[in-house]
Amino acid sequence: MSALPLAVPRRRGRGVRHTLDVRVSPYAYVAPFFLLFCAFGLFPLVYTAWVSLHEWTLLEEEQTFVGLDNFATLLTDGYFWNAAFNTLSIGVLSTAPQLLLAIWLAHLLNRPMRFQTLFRVSLLLPNVTSVVAVVVIFSQLFGRDYGVINWVLSWFGAGAIDWAAGTATSHVALSTMIMWRWTGYNALIFLAAMQAVPKELYEAATLDGASSFTQLRRITVPMIRPTIVFVVIVSTIGAMQIIAEPLLFGASSGVGGGAVSGGPDRQYQTLALFVYEQGFTKFDFGYASAASWLMFLAVVLVAGINFLLTRRLKGGLG
Amino acid sequence: MTPRIRRLAVPVLTASLLTLAAACGGAGGGGGADTAAKPGEKIKLTVGLFGDFGFKPLYEEYKKTHPNIEIAENVTQFNDHHNNLVKRLATNAGAADVEAVEVGYISTFTAQPARFHDLRQFGLDKRQGDYLDWKWQQGLSKQGGQLLGLGTDVGGLAMCYRKDLFEKAGLPTDRDEVAELWPTWEQYIETGKKFAAADVAGAKFVDSPGEIFRAMVNQAPTGLYDQQDNIIVASNPDVKKAWDLSNRLTSEKLTAKLAAFSPPWNTGFAKGAFATIICPAWMTGYIQEQAKDAAGKWDIATVPGGSGNSGGSHLMVPKQSKHPKEAAELIDFLTSKENQAKVFKEEGTFPSIPALYDDPSIQNFTKPFFGDAPIGKIYSEAAKALKPQHLGPKEAEVRVVIGDGLGRVEQGKQTPDQAWAQVLEDVKKIK
Repeated sequence: MSALPLAVPRRRGRGVRHTLDVRVSPYAYVAPFFLLFCAFGLFPLVYTAWVSLHEWTLLEEEQTFVGLDNFATLLTDGYFWNAAFNTLSIGVLSTAPQLLLAIWLAHLLNRPMRFQTLFRVSLLLPNVTSVVAVVVIFSQLFGRDYGVINWVLSWFGAGAIDWAAGTATSHVALSTMIMWRWTGYNALIFLAAMQAVPKELYEAATLDGASSFTQLRRITVPMIRPTIVFVVIVSTIGAMQIIAEPLLFGASSGVGGGAVSGGPDRQYQTLALFVYEQGFTKFDFGYASAASWLMFLAVVLVAGINFLLTRRLKGGLG
Repeated sequence: MTPRIRRLAVPVLTASLLTLAAACGGAGGGGGADTAAKPGEKIKLTVGLFGDFGFKPLYEEYKKTHPNIEIAENVTQFNDHHNNLVKRLATNAGAADVEAVEVGYISTFTAQPARFHDLRQFGLDKRQGDYLDWKWQQGLSKQGGQLLGLGTDVGGLAMCYRKDLFEKAGLPTDRDEVAELWPTWEQYIETGKKFAAADVAGAKFVDSPGEIFRAMVNQAPTGLYDQQDNIIVASNPDVKKAWDLSNRLTSEKLTAKLAAFSPPWNTGFAKGAFATIICPAWMTGYIQEQAKDAAGKWDIATVPGGSGNSGGSHLMVPKQSKHPKEAAELIDFLTSKENQAKVFKEEGTFPSIPALYDDPSIQNFTKPFFGDAPIGKIYSEAAKALKPQHLGPKEAEVRVVIGDGLGRVEQGKQTPDQAWAQVLEDVKKIK
């Protein structure tokens, strides 16, 4: 702004309007987002904090202030920690292989080839499919009695695996669904970043006799580091909030248990599903609000750790 | 307008319009109940259900005598339906004019008399004489005796079984002989062991222990709650006995491990994955729908352990309905004696009106799908012998907790004792 007064105002009125325009309109342009964010982002966040300090049930008219009681109960609630563990486990199982696979896919597509657009578009197809369709179909694939995956495994002498019943197996099944939906999407983001890497680097590396994998490791990954950091953070936040997959898996897998408990042993109940169970089936809004605040803090924490870790990846060509 | 002003005005206007639109979005839903509609005015009534109640032909009939009424039916899944209803009552928006409530949730809603219309003001207390007394009582508010819901069906118990699978296992197939196999649940389990010993390919004796447990508890004089609405899971010996018997089904490897109402369970019907299933009257309609190719293979025998009620529903009118009078009239029609009889013959849901139980058209009613089983007679006898059981406000939630426990045992994750201890812990947390 300090550079602007160079343009000397000719008439006073116009000058004021001009200054006003320059000073105010940028804020006016971004205002719609921030107003909506305040209504649907900030307000709920603050209000949830307020609710979390109360004994607050949906159908009761009276809410009593209980201070941090909900948080204290929560920290001793085994089901909350179970959900936290499941969230981390499913998050790691889905995100880590997903991102490696996405980089590899992007690397494969980052070269001249026929039907390039077709391949790139088809990467995005799983992502535009409805999550309901994905989970219903994958639940059938992972079915115990009539599932295709068990059928294929039986060729190798494996017995029928009850995917939804086991803790590890259900996490694998859910991670597969998440990877199916998001690998292609992340690959496209990586691909876009890879296109900005100067071709001369690869040519020089090829002349020096570097293999494709060495080029990926030594040129591509360091050059797209900012994108990797971005994708890791976004995927982490996404993974911490997984709810649709376990919710629908419970309804369509036949493992039993309440639809929101993530299996009879809560073997795949995630944090978001735990919040949903407390809030929208038990209508214990105070407790659910406390849980969502802890979940929010956990997301910030885990995303922060991942940011620090990925930032330490070597940047540029060192 | 100079270009500069326009540059400023456009974003400001956009911003304020957007905010306005967002603010208005919330306000539209409110609105109170305006009373009696003018004659001849078109009225649209919505009916919220959790499955097929067999009402569709009745709507058509109703429209003939009430040309100004339009009826739209919304069907959602069992759990979603009841959870959504709570949310819609709390936010005072979005509920249908007529809402169905299953017996596991009825006490949750009759404890909220301020949120429903008292149907007495529309003269529906005249129907009291028609009903099974306990069914009528379930629709009343806790205090003050407001009439909040009118009953549709009752779920008198029977046991459905696959004749073809019984034959393969060398068991009798005639329904009277089958009934003699299992006067008690212990004998039912013994029969199951014989069935398992015959090793019929691809078939287990029973789908899963969950619904069997529910039936056994429903047969007891008191169930999960005492009369004062205290949860008595820990102290009621009948609940523990039902728990132990249900887990014996698991330990004797008699279950197909198919949780009720899941897609694999539906597939199980079509594939004949289990030979018996507990059969409240409404289940017959369900079997018929799921096992279309199995006509004539299913039959119905009496249930082990005496009579009991599993399921059944009420119809209620939320306060937010704009046409409570018309909604009440529709309920009166849908639950009338004639129409309950009609729905039974189509859908299998059994009337809650005892005058029908000795009616020849019900007594002599048979169903070809179930090998011409006299289902009218079977369920009339079951309904007549019913002893009412008090149901508490969180009935459904307690049942889910116990069902999870049975599931953990069935999946081999816990011993019955470990699972029971966890069930008791979970039950304590239910507020």
